[in-house]
Amino acid sequence: MLTGGRAAPTRNTIRPETLVIAATPAKALPVSATRMERVLLAMCRCLLSLAEVAVHLQLPVSVVVVVASDLVDSGHLSVRTPASQSVSPDLLEELLNGLRNLS
Amino acid sequence: MASATSLDQAADRYVADTVQRSAKILVVGAFGVGKTTLIGSVSEIEPLRTEEAMTTASVGVDDLAGLDAKRETTVAMDFGRITVRPELVLYLFGTPGQRRFWDLWEGLAEGAVGALVLIDTRRLEQSFEVLDQLETHTAGLPFAVAVNRFPDSPGHDTAELSDALDLPPQTPVIECDARGRSESIKALIALVGHALSTQKVLS
Repeated sequence: MLTGGRAAPTRNTIRPETLVIAATPAKALPVSATRMERVLLAMCRCLLSLAEVAVHLQLPVSVVVVVASDLVDSGHLSVRTPASQSVSPDLLEELLNGLRNLS
Repeated sequence: MASATSLDQAADRYVADTVQRSAKILVVGAFGVGKTTLIGSVSEIEPLRTEEAMTTASVGVDDLAGLDAKRETTVAMDFGRITVRPELVLYLFGTPGQRRFWDLWEGLAEGAVGALVLIDTRRLEQSFEVLDQLETHTAGLPFAVAVNRFPDSPGHDTAELSDALDLPPQTPVIECDARGRSESIKALIALVGHALSTQKVLS
């Protein structure tokens, strides 16, 4: 089973746009780690969103979310900034200014 | 050397290490309305496609006896990325209009800045379901309407459209050509500006 039989991630702060990167210093995976965990961690040697990880590994996003959540829990993978429940006004301001500069 | 080329390509796909946070906007609309075109015109990466399996109860009458009544279909989602500032990256997720499809992608609607609803005035009726979904199932998610201009689109003014679509007051309606980067960015700016003013009213 790809996800060890679980259908839902253990934490709800991990979303398709969540940026992840392998933890530093790197923490070796246990010998019992699955192939999925190994390829996911290798893909995350630099910063990437989970949606992109899923595409590059040709896996469904829902599977990657579950596996990544485990790797975060075990300290192998870091979340760049944990997602908050709501969108803050300062994020919106920053986004608006950034987009205006692009137009 | 082939391996060097593939390494370069691999390096290109990563997000700049200066980025500290990400935001997302959903680009929703009926099939063929131009969601992927809009995403492609603003994305710094080639739009990516991901597919999720969806189990649907079969309603067909031509099932073979003995086969499971449920079948798997896949639903595709295209997405793109814009690094809007050195510290901030924006993801655009193009999703089919129906909310039941959004639920396929874990956490897709949660934490979104808002939804940009792309409509085609030649097939206005197809937009109703999408707008109904937004108003009834994702109440609170700010949205703006972008009218994708096709060469044979009838002329119309945005106030008329707003009436025809029975939009909540203050909902921005922007005309844009989804093939153009600056017009697509303007549509995104209208949505983010609307999201910001909605928050200010609420707080």
